[in-house]
Amino acid sequence: MSQCSILHPMSTPVIATPARQSAPPRGAVQLNSDNKDWFPMRFSRLALLLSLTFLFAGCNLTVLNPSGDIAQQQGDLIVYATVLMLIVIIPVTALTIFFAVKYRQSNENATYEPEWDHSVSLEIVVWAVPLAIIICLAGLTWVATHRLEPYDDLKRISAEKPIDPTVEPLEVQVVALDWKWLFIYPEQGIAVVNEAAAIVDRPVEWKITSNTVMNAFYIPEMAGMIYAMAGMETELNAVINAPGTFKGISANYSGIGFSHMNFDFHAVDEAGFDVWVEKVKTSADVLDRSNFDRLQEQTTKHPVEYFGAVEDGIWDKILNMCAGEEELCLNDMMMVDALGGGGLEGLYNRELFRGLCSADDPEALFLLLRKDLEQSKGEVIHAMSLIPPSEVTEQKLEAH
Amino acid sequence: MASSNAHVSEHSSDAVSSVHWFWGKLDWDIFPFYDPVIFGTFIGTCILGAVVVAALTYFRLWGYLWKEWFTSIDHKKIGIMYMILAVIMLVRGFADALLMRLHQALASAGYVGFLPSYHYDQVFTVHGVIMIFFVAMPFVTGFMNYVMPLQIGARDVAFPFLNNFSFWLTVSGAVLIMISLFVGEFAATGWLAYPPLSGLTFSPGVGMDYYLWSLNIAGIGTTLSGINLIVTLVKMRAPGMTWMKMPIFCWTTLCTNVLIVASFPILSATLALLTADRYLGTHFFTNDGGGNPMMYVNLIWIWGHPEVYILTIPVFGIFSEIVPTFTKKRLFGYTSMVYATCVIMILSYIVWLHHFFTMGAGADVNSFFGITTMIISIPTGAKLFNWLFTMYKGRIRYELPMLWVVAFMLTFVVGGMTGVLLAVPPADYVLHNSLFLIAHFHNVIIGGVVFGIFAGINYWWPKAFGFHLHRGWGMLSFWGWTIGFWFAFMPLYIMGLMGVTRRLSQFEDTFYAGYFFVALIGALMIAVGVLAFIMQIVWSIYKRDELKCGDDPWGTGRTLEWATTSPPPYYNFAFTPRVYAIDAFQHMKDNGYKGRPTEGFTPIHMPHYTGSGIIISGFMTVMGFALIWHVWWLAALTFFASVVWGIAHTFNYNRDYYIPADEVRDIELKSAPVATPAE
Amino acid sequence: MAASIASPAPEGGYEFYVTEDPHAHDGHHDGDDHEHHHETGTMLGFWIYLMSDCLIFGILFAVYAVLGQSYAAGPAPIDLFELDKIAWATAWLLLSSITYGFAMIKMHEDKKNMMMFWLVVTGVFGLAFLYMSIEEFMHLWHIGAGPGESAFLSAFWTLVGTHGLHVTCGALWLVILLIQVQMHGLTHENKRRISCLSLFWHFLDLIWIGVFSYVYLIGVLL
Repeated sequence: MSQCSILHPMSTPVIATPARQSAPPRGAVQLNSDNKDWFPMRFSRLALLLSLTFLFAGCNLTVLNPSGDIAQQQGDLIVYATVLMLIVIIPVTALTIFFAVKYRQSNENATYEPEWDHSVSLEIVVWAVPLAIIICLAGLTWVATHRLEPYDDLKRISAEKPIDPTVEPLEVQVVALDWKWLFIYPEQGIAVVNEAAAIVDRPVEWKITSNTVMNAFYIPEMAGMIYAMAGMETELNAVINAPGTFKGISANYSGIGFSHMNFDFHAVDEAGFDVWVEKVKTSADVLDRSNFDRLQEQTTKHPVEYFGAVEDGIWDKILNMCAGEEELCLNDMMMVDALGGGGLEGLYNRELFRGLCSADDPEALFLLLRKDLEQSKGEVIHAMSLIPPSEVTEQKLEAH
Repeated sequence: MASSNAHVSEHSSDAVSSVHWFWGKLDWDIFPFYDPVIFGTFIGTCILGAVVVAALTYFRLWGYLWKEWFTSIDHKKIGIMYMILAVIMLVRGFADALLMRLHQALASAGYVGFLPSYHYDQVFTVHGVIMIFFVAMPFVTGFMNYVMPLQIGARDVAFPFLNNFSFWLTVSGAVLIMISLFVGEFAATGWLAYPPLSGLTFSPGVGMDYYLWSLNIAGIGTTLSGINLIVTLVKMRAPGMTWMKMPIFCWTTLCTNVLIVASFPILSATLALLTADRYLGTHFFTNDGGGNPMMYVNLIWIWGHPEVYILTIPVFGIFSEIVPTFTKKRLFGYTSMVYATCVIMILSYIVWLHHFFTMGAGADVNSFFGITTMIISIPTGAKLFNWLFTMYKGRIRYELPMLWVVAFMLTFVVGGMTGVLLAVPPADYVLHNSLFLIAHFHNVIIGGVVFGIFAGINYWWPKAFGFHLHRGWGMLSFWGWTIGFWFAFMPLYIMGLMGVTRRLSQFEDTFYAGYFFVALIGALMIAVGVLAFIMQIVWSIYKRDELKCGDDPWGTGRTLEWATTSPPPYYNFAFTPRVYAIDAFQHMKDNGYKGRPTEGFTPIHMPHYTGSGIIISGFMTVMGFALIWHVWWLAALTFFASVVWGIAHTFNYNRDYYIPADEVRDIELKSAPVATPAE
Repeated sequence: MAASIASPAPEGGYEFYVTEDPHAHDGHHDGDDHEHHHETGTMLGFWIYLMSDCLIFGILFAVYAVLGQSYAAGPAPIDLFELDKIAWATAWLLLSSITYGFAMIKMHEDKKNMMMFWLVVTGVFGLAFLYMSIEEFMHLWHIGAGPGESAFLSAFWTLVGTHGLHVTCGALWLVILLIQVQMHGLTHENKRRISCLSLFWHFLDLIWIGVFSYVYLIGVLL
């Protein structure tokens, strides 16, 4: 920590390339004692220096020096964008201070032109320079946003290492619960609460949903965050490039247990991962509906929990919010709605449509379940076109 | 931790089961006996309130306050009342901020238990709600109310009664929030109350209902006030004041109120839908029943982003008035300033999605909104340059308002820069919801809005009261805020870059303690700034005879408000001014202005004061309270009462009168201008 | 430079104040005299209010557009709406707009009694519309399609209900205006109020046309 000069701006070089570091040890922060010299400074200059120093010092700032390639690119982007903007910010700040001092009232030597209020060339500069910067930044944004789109497959393992097309990404299904994280590893057939692991340099495909309020899934060392929302699946493709144990958090406030909604993320090599999977598999617990019911209860500081086996299709049920017995699955419901709704009967007997989505021909099954639909359609056409209802139905049937 | 959990679930089961026909959900448990922090505050507030009431009664001030202030429809008095409301709420909101800083400093150092999460979560929610809706909004509305009609040479706003009514509706919302401190609880959802967390399933208590009714009621007031000020600007400008001769502050007022009218209805509608979810069991934003919580997030930010500009645009206007005054120079680039303001106004509507890039809308959508956001920085940058070139070749006099402006310019650029940074979607993926974000928006809101408000208060105070604000206390307040700000928020920027997220009430290690400690020191410095500001006012009132000033206290006033007396008479101008140039008053001074006319007075047409505004708002406050606690009969009764009173008000046809010419003459001659200070 | 931003000095130098009687009309004014101000100011203000109200309806329409197909496996428009009844309701409301137009013509002719007659007719048509609306809601409630059954029903009840509430307010306002005109005659203020209500009433008509075509027609036919 002693080389970290966060509270000691004067001794740090103002611009240093951010060095790639693995996660530094986290200890208590040291307050430097010899910082008397910064009190007499003008607060503005201090502020500017401070911000520069902090942005470039490259010490311990996880976001700027993470261990995953995606996070690294995102962190680099922050630096590039900052440098780009400083092209305007620094002159503006300098000019402000310069003008503020030079044109003070007591300085009789400075020119004074009370009627001067317009200058076409200055106006052009005033609008054009920020515009130019923003055009550059916009280009950078467009490219970077598309390159770092979390739903897309990775394009490289790291700056030095290209992607190996034969290696499938490791799929991990993530469920945000009150207030803990559940990870399901479908390939390995295991599930874990509040702990996750992945293999160094192998892409990970996080599929994320929530069984409660909105959360954000975030492993700062690995990649940027993405929301976890009930009834929806978001996706995050990322990779971790250095071994270690990193912190994963929920980055979106979700209620009183939010502060402790953390987990340890282990980045290990292939062998280490297998060991970890074996360890989880030794657990006799199965992630089935009853266990999931238990997990749905609100708890804080939930201990790490291992499930050696996972009930078939539980992820689909969680995602479609029908892990309980009584609910109609979301995908079935959406299929019904897409086909025209469940009718008045659906008000009382929604379960009628259970499993519609997984049927071979959902539409035929739906029409079978909703015979009344043809009838009412016929009535409407009758009302609008004055053809007797019987004919319409006949025409329809012929068409079929 | 466990106990607070138990408390919540206990509360929630209460909420569902026991609704008495007469008392609704009210019972003895609503008082916060369980929390020594709140209960202590409760006792303290009760005592303070009793003292204030006793003092007002003892000095027989109730009648005076009622007749001269509460029922007043004079835009200047209403403006001042907005400011008083804002200052009171600032103290409350700032106390919450100190609590948070203290709590995080302690909790991150391993001392848990000062505030349980259940309480801490309410504190950060209420801090956000109060600071935006009941501090920043009343401050800027107060300025617009007070200054704009004077600057356009009008006698009042277009709808004076409506103005009074809007103000009291805002107070009504503030009162409900203050009640929530002691009766029941406040929302623990974050200041924008995203569902489903804010829905009935996850927040069954009354806290969320306090949030909704408070903002529903205050929101109506804000919309009405927006309509009022737009009409005033369009219809009541002094003869000769074409659009491009309006002072910049009036332009910013216009843009702000267009934004208000075009965005607050969205807030009202959105909150009404959430209210329906909670009260009628609808499925707009629920997880089940086909509801769509993401729609709320979209809708609330379609209001929320313009809201940011509702706060900053008028403040830009304040700066644009102050800089020319204290540089003794025309504003550089008036036209580009006007266009920049209008462009900001329009662009603020097409950037809302940058508040939730992490929802996963896809690269095209995200980059579109990221780029539109960056574009806003172009007109904003142009404004900054214009102030800069106004200073160029000027004679800058560092009175308090000008100091605040310089501090603003130096602070705001950093906030602007981090803002553009957050607008880059991949950067936002790592900085979203982090303390970096917190530092960013405090950087623009404190460095922009709050500094601007203090600049404005110091600038227009002599006009409003006829004496200057004390410089010494003002300097202390200035340095407290400006230095304290950097100490309070630099650590947050750094922690954001370390991946620390916002709204944390507990910490698992003590790694961040040092940073939070520095932030606490910063908050304490700001506290000195707040206290010094209050002392500045108190001291200046005490020394008002020494600080007395004339019509044009700064000697270099350029706009029409400096052409009337300080404080202005209730009819503003004995004669409506004629305008020939942008800086109308400066133009008058340059062309042989010899002071206000002293003869030829004519009667002035003015509206009567009325108590309907405060009375209807009073009913609405009780109605809100009754709805929050499910006391249906009282809600129905007060709703009915407010409707009936409102109708009765329309039967009053005796609304205006003429001030006799003699009375105008007396007032005008009595307040002859004190000699303006030598330049 | 100064010349470009200041109007040229009038002959005989600048006059900094309006010193003549404020009630005399002055051709050079940018604005108008006070009385007139208030008049047009109110209409402008009311217009802006209507636009803000329009925004509220805009949000409700947008919400309906998003949630209109989320039936939660419950009924869809085709199962619920009876187009013929809705068509009648629409007819009543459109007719009431026409009769309000007649009332406005009579108002401009200063024919107080005829104006009041047409306003009463307007009110009756408005009530007929409200009756049909309430009947529809009662029917839906009766068959169990309340606002809490699905997101579609929530959005539908809220949109149509908000419109209905507006019509109710309009009807109440109409009654109050009738009383006020009876008490004070066709004064300046009352004329202004009648004009405002006219704007409001036609505005509700427009909204209803949106509701009818977007919610009912498209809902049932597509």
